[in-house]
Amino acid sequence: MTDTGLPASVEAVRRVREDPHRLGHRSHGPSEPVAGAGHGDTGPASKRIIVGYGFWIYLLSDIVLFSCFFAAFAVQRSATAGGPSIEQIVDIGRVAIETAVLLLSSYTCMLSFAASNARNVMRTQIFLAATGLLGLIFIIIEFQEFAVLAAEGITPQRSGTLTSFFGLVGLHGLHVSAGLLWLLTMMAQIQVKGFRPEITHRLICFNLFWHALDIVWIGVFTIVYLMGAGL
Amino acid sequence: MFGKLDLSAIPLSQPIPLVTSAVVILFALGVVAMVTIKGWWPYIWHEWITSVDHKRIGIMYCLLGGLMLIRGFADAIMMRTQQAVAINAEGYLPPEHYNQIFSAHGTIMILFGAMPLVLGFMNFLVPLQLGVRDVAFPTFNSVGFWLTASGALLVNVSLFIGEFARTGWLPYPPLSEATYSPGVGVDYYLWAVQISGVGTLITGINIVTTVLKMRCPGMSYLRMPVFTWTSLASCLLIVAAFPILTATLAMLTLDRYVGWHYFTNTAGGNPMMFVNLIWAWGHPEVYILVLPCFGIFSEIFSTFSGKPLFGYRSMVAATLFICVVSMLVWLHHFFTMGAGPGVNTFFGISSSVIAVGTGVKIYNWIFTMYGGRVRLAVPMLWSMGFIFTFIIGGLTGVLLAIPPADFITHNSMFLVAHFHNVIVGGVVFGVFAGMEFWFPKAFGFRLHEGWGKAAFWFALIGFWVTFAPLYILGLNGMTRRLQHINFEEWTPWLYVSLAGVIILILGVISQIVQLVVSILEREKLRDVTGDPWDGRSLEWATPSPSPFFNFAVMPNVEGEEAYWGIKLRAIETQQLAPEPEYAPIEMPLHTPVGIYTAFFSAIFGFAMIWSIWWLAIVSIVAAFIGFVVFAWRDVHEFKVPAEELAKAERARRAAREALLHRLSSHGAAI
Repeated sequence: MTDTGLPASVEAVRRVREDPHRLGHRSHGPSEPVAGAGHGDTGPASKRIIVGYGFWIYLLSDIVLFSCFFAAFAVQRSATAGGPSIEQIVDIGRVAIETAVLLLSSYTCMLSFAASNARNVMRTQIFLAATGLLGLIFIIIEFQEFAVLAAEGITPQRSGTLTSFFGLVGLHGLHVSAGLLWLLTMMAQIQVKGFRPEITHRLICFNLFWHALDIVWIGVFTIVYLMGAGL
Repeated sequence: MFGKLDLSAIPLSQPIPLVTSAVVILFALGVVAMVTIKGWWPYIWHEWITSVDHKRIGIMYCLLGGLMLIRGFADAIMMRTQQAVAINAEGYLPPEHYNQIFSAHGTIMILFGAMPLVLGFMNFLVPLQLGVRDVAFPTFNSVGFWLTASGALLVNVSLFIGEFARTGWLPYPPLSEATYSPGVGVDYYLWAVQISGVGTLITGINIVTTVLKMRCPGMSYLRMPVFTWTSLASCLLIVAAFPILTATLAMLTLDRYVGWHYFTNTAGGNPMMFVNLIWAWGHPEVYILVLPCFGIFSEIFSTFSGKPLFGYRSMVAATLFICVVSMLVWLHHFFTMGAGPGVNTFFGISSSVIAVGTGVKIYNWIFTMYGGRVRLAVPMLWSMGFIFTFIIGGLTGVLLAIPPADFITHNSMFLVAHFHNVIVGGVVFGVFAGMEFWFPKAFGFRLHEGWGKAAFWFALIGFWVTFAPLYILGLNGMTRRLQHINFEEWTPWLYVSLAGVIILILGVISQIVQLVVSILEREKLRDVTGDPWDGRSLEWATPSPSPFFNFAVMPNVEGEEAYWGIKLRAIETQQLAPEPEYAPIEMPLHTPVGIYTAFFSAIFGFAMIWSIWWLAIVSIVAAFIGFVVFAWRDVHEFKVPAEELAKAERARRAAREALLHRLSSHGAAI
């Protein structure tokens, strides 16, 4: 035990001498190094790429989370237990406004990103504030929708269909609310600290998050509301 | 004020949990007292608890996993004893207690024993093998670990305050719904697993990003060690599967707390939806556990055979094949749901096909040994024991994958024997092999060989004596989770199985003695070279234990088996590579944000379990404030000056020179 030897590596040198072509162990394919991209040839990627990439991976996991709630909605869509069906509770007009507001917030979010790329604090703040305001309007409309339904006795406790409806729409609303909290924190950070590298990295992540929520909402809008209303 | 919590939550009338928790609390107090008296707190706080060093976090993960393995094993001893004495009798464990024990055993072993161990190995090794200095998000890594630890804490608190779930390790509804499980047991399960699941997801994202975006120059995909490949595959599965667990547990939580109807058997709820969702996580989960262990075995077979791994590319392909197909087999856990012949056929075939990927690996390992200079060191013994054990576990798995056969063996002891066969044979043997193999890299000295061999033989024999009878009992019709047995024909096999557990206890004792003896004899077992096993991947290029920055200068990889290439060149030219230029590097600062967040998460979980709403709100707000304070830091990193790197690197080179001389004298002998 005390002497582990190491004869194998010595013998391997001899083998390489006898088999200089290292059959079966040569590297393959031409490699075109891309600096800073994190590809094998050039070493680790820059911090900006690593942070953005990691956040993309998180977003993928979040999409999987949503997909479970979509799946539950698909399974329980007609499990009304004698209660109201999706067709009866969808108010397509209100949801159209909601959708427009949220999509507009994605646009202002993008404008804020353009402003932060230009290192313009005031414009960044204005567009972030606009994004937050639109997000807040979205949440208020959604809350109002839930309140109107609850007043009619249409609650998740009524049936499986309503459970999966409120669960899916509510999960999205919860994400938007968390996004609003994040947005306020980001605005405070930009105001106090300016565009330090780590803050611009977080802004990239916030933008990704906000746009991803929009994409999920397209799914909710289509599958729950449009298809629910029989359109 | 305290929700449902009052003094009746402490099980004063039940001696077993009371005495156990008293012992655990006394032990914990003893440890705290010793640390306080010796004045170790500053060291533990600054160097471990607040550490963001991936190696330290990896070691803490393994420590947590090891402790929980012992806790889960205690449950196992109680269950096997109960079944051996409760033949036409009541035994010593009342049903409501026995049900908590088998539920806790499964939950703890998989989620708080095996998972932390596997995550610990990935954390410790992946950056070292990739030739980089840390994972992509060091602080999140610390948060992830401490969240897992909070989950483990909550499960163990349930022993003393309240009760644990009586539903099995996966809380199937409608039994787990509030109507049928009104106590706090299922709530303990839900919050403990939910909190640790978030921690696991963080680690998964971290490792995926590390492998895909942070590799040293020249480390292209097909030059990565197989352990890194399997870690990548495992973490991809974590990213894909753990959100399903989060969603499923959230749905059950909503059912229980606010009366929703995801999984109830009334008002349009769908209990089978739970079973589908939980296994859509649960089956990938077993591959999350076993894939990194396949990686561990690959490294060991190649190192201890003195040969490159046979079929490296097919190994990578098989790993990714398993990674994908493992998401397509979940329904084989409940063929008896009655989804119809078409569905059952699909999942039967996919479950059998996944064995092909594992078969490729088994052949590769065997062919790696073929023609090699096999050294039967302890890691190699565990690996060979694994091949033997795992093949049989795999074959019984293929039997269970045939739907008509599964209708007979479903939920029988045959199934219990099968999954212990693959999880003990694959994961537990894997982490023990890995522990023996990388212990010197972590602590600077090897483990004692004799006690290691004793632990291996006791474990291998004990395993088979315990579980072979369970196969027979299963085929004879014994179902799982029986609190008492009314069938005397089964008695002999239950006794044999109990005898096996006693052998396993000897194995556990040997393992602990090995650790103690090795620590006492550490000077004799010291690894001065940094390469105690004639290793092949980059972690062996660093000293043992590795410095906090891993590599003074990032290595430049020029082929497969990066360190092996460096070593051969040194032997051939009879000198080390020329000394590099040293440049200062930046390393992340240690931070208490991980334990801070986890502390409030544990409080939050506890408050939710006992319906103490104000405390839940307070802890959420506190955790958020912690994050904002962390985000407000101006300085995230500190500079390591070039002189410090040069000093460390020169010491390392001196050790390597000595190693080279020793190798050369061997070469003369050949």
